[in-house]
Amino acid sequence: MKRIIILFIAVAVSALIFNHPVPAAESPPVKGETLPEINLAVPQKSEHRSYLGLPVSGLFKIPDIKARVILIEIFSMYCPHCQKEAPEINEMYKLVEDKPNLRGKIKLIGIGAGNSPYEVEIFRKTYNIPFPLFSDGDFSIHDILGEVRTPYFIGIKINDDGSHKVFYSRLGGIEKADKFLELILRLAGLKQGGSK
Amino acid sequence: MKKRYCLIVLSGIIIAFLMNAAAFGLSDAFKNNIYNPGKLKPTDSVLKVKTGDRAPDFTLPAVSGKKISLGRYLGKKNVVISFVPAAWTPVCSDQWPGYNIVKDIFDENDAILLGITVDNIPTLFSWTNQMGKLWFPVLSDFWPHGGVADAYGVLRTDGTAERAIFIIDKNGIIRCIDVYDINLRPRLESIVRELEKLCK
Repeated sequence: MKRIIILFIAVAVSALIFNHPVPAAESPPVKGETLPEINLAVPQKSEHRSYLGLPVSGLFKIPDIKARVILIEIFSMYCPHCQKEAPEINEMYKLVEDKPNLRGKIKLIGIGAGNSPYEVEIFRKTYNIPFPLFSDGDFSIHDILGEVRTPYFIGIKINDDGSHKVFYSRLGGIEKADKFLELILRLAGLKQGGSK
Repeated sequence: MKKRYCLIVLSGIIIAFLMNAAAFGLSDAFKNNIYNPGKLKPTDSVLKVKTGDRAPDFTLPAVSGKKISLGRYLGKKNVVISFVPAAWTPVCSDQWPGYNIVKDIFDENDAILLGITVDNIPTLFSWTNQMGKLWFPVLSDFWPHGGVADAYGVLRTDGTAERAIFIIDKNGIIRCIDVYDINLRPRLESIVRELEKLCK
């Protein structure tokens, strides 16, 4: 009987592995840990490349972005809350860009869970989103990030030695741009002025 | 004994596949109110219409309280019918909210969208309220149960509808039929591409 149970479990586990080559993470990124490795294509638009401080082409990892703090929004064009919050995220981008002491230190990107490049572009155009958005059409990044509901925000802080830590990992509900920016600055240990 | 081992291996594989539901991104708009039925048989019906056929007419109650007939759009608008399987299920809940931000694309192609499920009006009312204000009519094919889905051949054997798109031109002729894997959301661009063909 014991042999039978072991055989049954072994078959079920192997079938799951072969049927799902990229196992989904069990939980979203955890504060204090590093972000799971995610490879993204360098944006085609030069203003986005310049914003992120990236070379002309190829792949990059999120911590390669030139910034002290990177805020990642996991969104979907099909998500009503993402649609509702889009203007507030834009406002937050503007607040950062308008402050000389913050500009260049805090960068925003969006990743469209299950959204094709066409669908991501629809979202960008509809809400006039100024920061770079990336497609995750096959949900592979969404899987790595623990299949979070949307919108989900992840903040990472880049240390002087190039290492990084997740300092914010939470489901949506940013409500007001200024309050959210304040929160991000406080949790990242940055002052409004931008210095540590 | 050999037969017994084969049965065990087979049941292990089946259970593992059933547990492995398709990936979907779920909006927080629906909180924890979405029932996940797991991975379903991709399609489970036989079409009763084909492209080039006259679309079967119907009149269904809308969430708005009005009754909507397909025939009212004859000579006026192209019609995109989006059947989705059921309210409060994962992929369906993240489908129409996307169509809600592309009214301009439908307008450019002189088209109206009709969303249909086999749920009753109170259920559709509660469900679509989570999506924000929808610009297109949401129709209930609840009674006689799934009558319109059945007329088009997209009523599944469990009484839900397929995830399907029918595009009907201004003359009432079906120009495009796509019955999708129920576990996956159709790409928006596939619908737009078909719509644009009508206007060429």
